[in-house]
Amino acid sequence: MLTFIARRLAQLLPTLFFVSLIIFSLQQLLPGDPALVMAGEERDPAVIEQIRRQYRLDQPLPVQYVYWVKGVLTGDLGESMRIKEKVLDLILEKLPVTIQLASMAIVIALVIGIGAGILSAVKKDTVWDYGANAFALWGISTPNFWLGIMLIFLFSVKLGWLPASGYVRLTEDWRASLASTIMPAFVLGNAIAAVLMRHTRSAMLQVLESDYIRTARAKGLLERTVIFKHAMRNALTPVITLGALEFGTLLSGAVLTEQIFTIPGFGKLIVDAVFNRDYAVVQGVVLVTATTYIVLNLMADIAYILVNPRLRS
Amino acid sequence: MAEAVLPASRTSPQAEAGESPTARALRRLFHRKGAVVGLIVLALFIAVAVLAPLIAPYDPNAQTWTAVRRAPSGLHWFGTDDVGRDVLTRVMYGARASLVAGMVSVGIALAVGVPLGLIAGYLGGFIDALLGRITDAMLACPFLILAIALAAFLGPSLRNAMIAIGITTTPILLRLTRGQVMAVKVEDYVEAARAVGNPRWRIAIFHILPNIMPALLVQATLSIAAAIIAEAALSFLGLGQQPPTPSWGSMLNSAQRFLVNAPWMAVWPGLAIFLTVLSLNLLGDGLRDALDPRRR
Repeated sequence: MLTFIARRLAQLLPTLFFVSLIIFSLQQLLPGDPALVMAGEERDPAVIEQIRRQYRLDQPLPVQYVYWVKGVLTGDLGESMRIKEKVLDLILEKLPVTIQLASMAIVIALVIGIGAGILSAVKKDTVWDYGANAFALWGISTPNFWLGIMLIFLFSVKLGWLPASGYVRLTEDWRASLASTIMPAFVLGNAIAAVLMRHTRSAMLQVLESDYIRTARAKGLLERTVIFKHAMRNALTPVITLGALEFGTLLSGAVLTEQIFTIPGFGKLIVDAVFNRDYAVVQGVVLVTATTYIVLNLMADIAYILVNPRLRS
Repeated sequence: MAEAVLPASRTSPQAEAGESPTARALRRLFHRKGAVVGLIVLALFIAVAVLAPLIAPYDPNAQTWTAVRRAPSGLHWFGTDDVGRDVLTRVMYGARASLVAGMVSVGIALAVGVPLGLIAGYLGGFIDALLGRITDAMLACPFLILAIALAAFLGPSLRNAMIAIGITTTPILLRLTRGQVMAVKVEDYVEAARAVGNPRWRIAIFHILPNIMPALLVQATLSIAAAIIAEAALSFLGLGQQPPTPSWGSMLNSAQRFLVNAPWMAVWPGLAIFLTVLSLNLLGDGLRDALDPRRR
C-alpha cells in the first residue's frame, strides 16, 4: 500500500511540473507585448515599466519561470492588477462559497444519479429503465447555463419561489442560504447525475449477473436485501471514486452557474478576472483548480485500493 | 439511452459475412432508432446553417425599433430580441458558428492528438512517457476553465475560441489514440506487416490507423457535442463569437437580461444547442454500438 502511494506521488511530480509549465505559458499567448496588454487603457510608460519589472518581463523566459515557480511554492500566486490584493487571498475568500455549492451539487448528483442508475438496472428494459436513460441523455445534452436561465424563469420569475440571484452565507441565515444555492446546485449536479447514472447502471447490471447474486437469490433472500445489501455495495465502489473525478466538471460548471446566479465564488472570480484582464488571477485559479484535481485524483485512487481488498495485495 | 439490439433474424450470418465492414457498420447504425433520429436532426441543423442566407426570413442583424421584444407571432415565429432582430433568423445563422466551432475545434484536436497518440503508442519509451505526463497535466485542468483561460489570453473571437477548445480537446483524443494503438500493435497482422519489412511509419499509418478509426470516430462525434457546448459557453461569456454576428451562446447572454419581458429570447437558442448536442450524443452512442461488436 505504502509502495503504491509512494509510486503515485512520484508520478505526480512530472505532472505538476507540466501543469506549472502550461499555466506559466498562458501569459506568453498574450498578443504583442504582455506589459502593454496588462496595462490595458493605461498607456503611462512608468506604469508599463513597473508591470514589466513586477512580472520580470524584462528577464529571459526560463528566469521568469523560475521566479514564478518560486513564488507559487511559497504561496505567492501574484497580485490582482485590479483589486491590488494577493491572488491566494482572493481565492481563499471565494473558495468556501464554491465549496458549499459544489457539496450540495455532489449530494444532488449522488442521490439522483445513483438512485436512477439502480432503478434503471433493476428494472431493465421497462419504462423506468427507458425513463432513466432518457434523463441521462437529457442531462449530458443540456447546457447548464441554459438550464440555469430556464430554472430562474420558472422558479423565480413565474412562481416566485426562489431568489433569481445573489448569495447568503450559511452562517448568516441557513434558510436563505439554501434558498439562494439550491437552484445553482441542481444545475451543477444535473450533468454529473447523468454521468453517474450511466456508470451506476452499467456497474449494477454487471454485478446483478454475477454468481454470488444468483446464490443470494437462490438462498431465498428478499430482493430488497439482494439489491441493497449485496449488489449495491460492490457496484457503487467504482462509481463513488468516479464521483471524485467529476470534480473538474463541477468546477467548469461552477464558472457559468455562478455567473448566471451572481454567486460570488471561485467561478465568478475567473470570469471577472478575464474581463478585467487580471491575468495573475486567471493563472492562479487554473493552478489551484488543477492542483486540487490532481490531489483528488490521488485520493480517489487510494480510496479505491482501500475499499477493494483484492487490489490491496 | 436504450440499447437497441439488432434482431437475430433480420440478417443471416451468411449475408453478414459477405458484407464489407463499412456496410455492416452502416446497416447496424441505421437499425438504431436513436442514431437515425440523431442523424436526421443533425442533418437538418447542417442544412439550416448552410442554407441560412436563402431560407432565413430576415437579415440577422437588421434592427427594427418598432418591433422590439415582440412575442412569437405569424410575422416573427420565434419573436424578436431587445433591438428588434428576428430571433428565428438569428437562431438559423447561429447554427453556423456552433457547427463550425464544433467541427473545426475537433478537427484541430484530431490533427494534433491522433499523430501524437500514434507516436506515443507505437514507439513507447521516453516519448510516450513525456506525452503521457503532458496529457495528464492538460487533463488536470478542467476543460472549460482551461478553454476560458486560453481564450482570455488569446483574445475574444470565434477563431480563438475554436483554437482554445481544440487545444483542450487534444489530450482526450491523444490518450484514446495511444490506448488503441497499444492494443492493436500486438495483433498478428501488425506483426506480419513488421515481419515483411514495412517501415514503422507505414505500419502506423496503413495498418494501425485504419483499425483504430471506429473508436476515434465515436469519440470525435461525442467531442463535437462537447465542443458545441463549450463554444456556446465561451460566447455566452463574451469570449467567442463577437456581436452583432449571431451565435447561440451570445444570444443567451443577452436574453438573460430580458427574462421577465421576453423569455422567448432565451428559449430558442438554448433549445437549438440542446437539440444539436442531443443529436450528436445519440449519433455517438449509435456509432459506438454499431462499430463495437462487443456491445451488440
